[in-house]
Parts: sequence; C-alpha cells; structure tokens
Amino acid sequence: MKLIYFAWVRERIGVAEEDVDLPAEVKTAGDLLTWLHARGDGYAEALQDPKVIRVAVNQEHVDHREAITGAREIALFPPMTGG
Amino acid sequence: MNVADACFIRVKVQSEPYDTAAEIESAKAAGGHVGAVVTFSGVCRDESGRLAALELEHYPGMAEAEIRRIADEAAGRWPVSSLTVIHRYGRLTPGEDIVLVVAASVHRQAAFDAASFLMDYLKTSAPFWKKEHLADGSSGAWVEAKDADDDAAARW
Repeated sequence: MKLIYFAWVRERIGVAEEDVDLPAEVKTAGDLLTWLHARGDGYAEALQDPKVIRVAVNQEHVDHREAITGAREIALFPPMTGG
Repeated sequence: MNVADACFIRVKVQSEPYDTAAEIESAKAAGGHVGAVVTFSGVCRDESGRLAALELEHYPGMAEAEIRRIADEAAGRWPVSSLTVIHRYGRLTPGEDIVLVVAASVHRQAAFDAASFLMDYLKTSAPFWKKEHLADGSSGAWVEAKDADDDAAARW
C-alpha cells in the first residue's frame, strides 16, 4: 500500500512516501496511525498526537474509524492551511 | 436543466501567477445573463516585516479534486453561472497572489455567498499547507490551522 506524507508529518517521518505491507490487524485509518507510531522515532514524533492527523484514502478525506482495506493510496497530513 | 448542471466550474492549481482581470472577463463572457461577479483574492502577507516568503505545499491530484468537490457543492446550493478557483503553490513572497475565487450569477447575493462558502471550505479541507520563511533568512514554522477557520466553515 502506498503511503504519502505532507508538511510536518513528512518532515518528521523523513520520507515523502513509501510502500508498506500492512498486517491483517490494521483495518482502519486509526489502526494505521497506531501501527506507524510504533515503527520508530520519526513516526512516533510525527504521530504523537494522532487526533490532529488528517487521513485521506484514495485522495478523499476519511474519519479515523474508516476502513482502509484495499486502499490504493493513503495520505497522512496536518490540518490544512491553504487559502 | 438545473442550476448545478448549468454552472461552469473551473479549478486550477498552479505555481505561476494568474491574471485576475482576465478571469473576471471570462466569467462575464459566459453570457448576457451574468449580472454580478464577486472575486476574492488571498494575498501573501509579510506579517509586519517578519516574513520573507511563504512556501505552499499541496497534495497534487487531491488538491484539484477537493476544490472541485467544494465548488460542486456551492453550485448545488446557489444559482451561480460560473465558479473559478485558482490556487497557487510553491514559494510566494509578500504581495503575491495565493488564491482567487470568482463567482458569477444573475444577482449579487448568490455570488457573494458562493464565494464566501468556497473560501471557508477551501481553508479547512483543501490539502495545502503553508510554511514560513523568515526575513532573517531562517526557515520558520508551519502555519497552524485556526479554530476560527473551522468555525467559519461550520456556519454553512
């Protein structure tokens, strides 16, 4: 599965995108944040406050409770500040 | 044909500058029924001399798609004949344009409301992020999202 990171999430994790094989128990966007948090220091720093992290599945915003099974592309990013 | 079908929507996400006057002219060119054109221009500030530039990062693909979703929603809620949204990315210096919304309608209120709705939603749901570059040459912080922006979007 392709993961993409933006803004300070990208800076803290240290890569802009990566391909990962998710274990079967990672079923929702929230599960993904928990699983990534345990992967290392950069991830832990980026995801220390998971409730502020926004998730998009296949380029559409989703709630953390949303299932991610079969997603093509998942993006994690901070609250948006465009405009 | 309902109003949403009749609304002409144009979304552009680009690094280069745009010509606001030309965008207003194209909104008027849609036809003789256009009686009101409302524009909003978002401009890079210097924050009292503190900032040298803003770096705008975006999510290519989703940025366009999300703005289009917001514009479709606006077109369904107000009788507008055209909506144009142009959002820039990359390094922008104080005084440069960041975002343009042009809404055209028969009477002014629909255009005002649609433009205001578009900006409120764009700020909270279009995937763009601003990083500050400071006047002293150092790299500043990422701009934090404001609760006031969430409140503004929630009022619709």
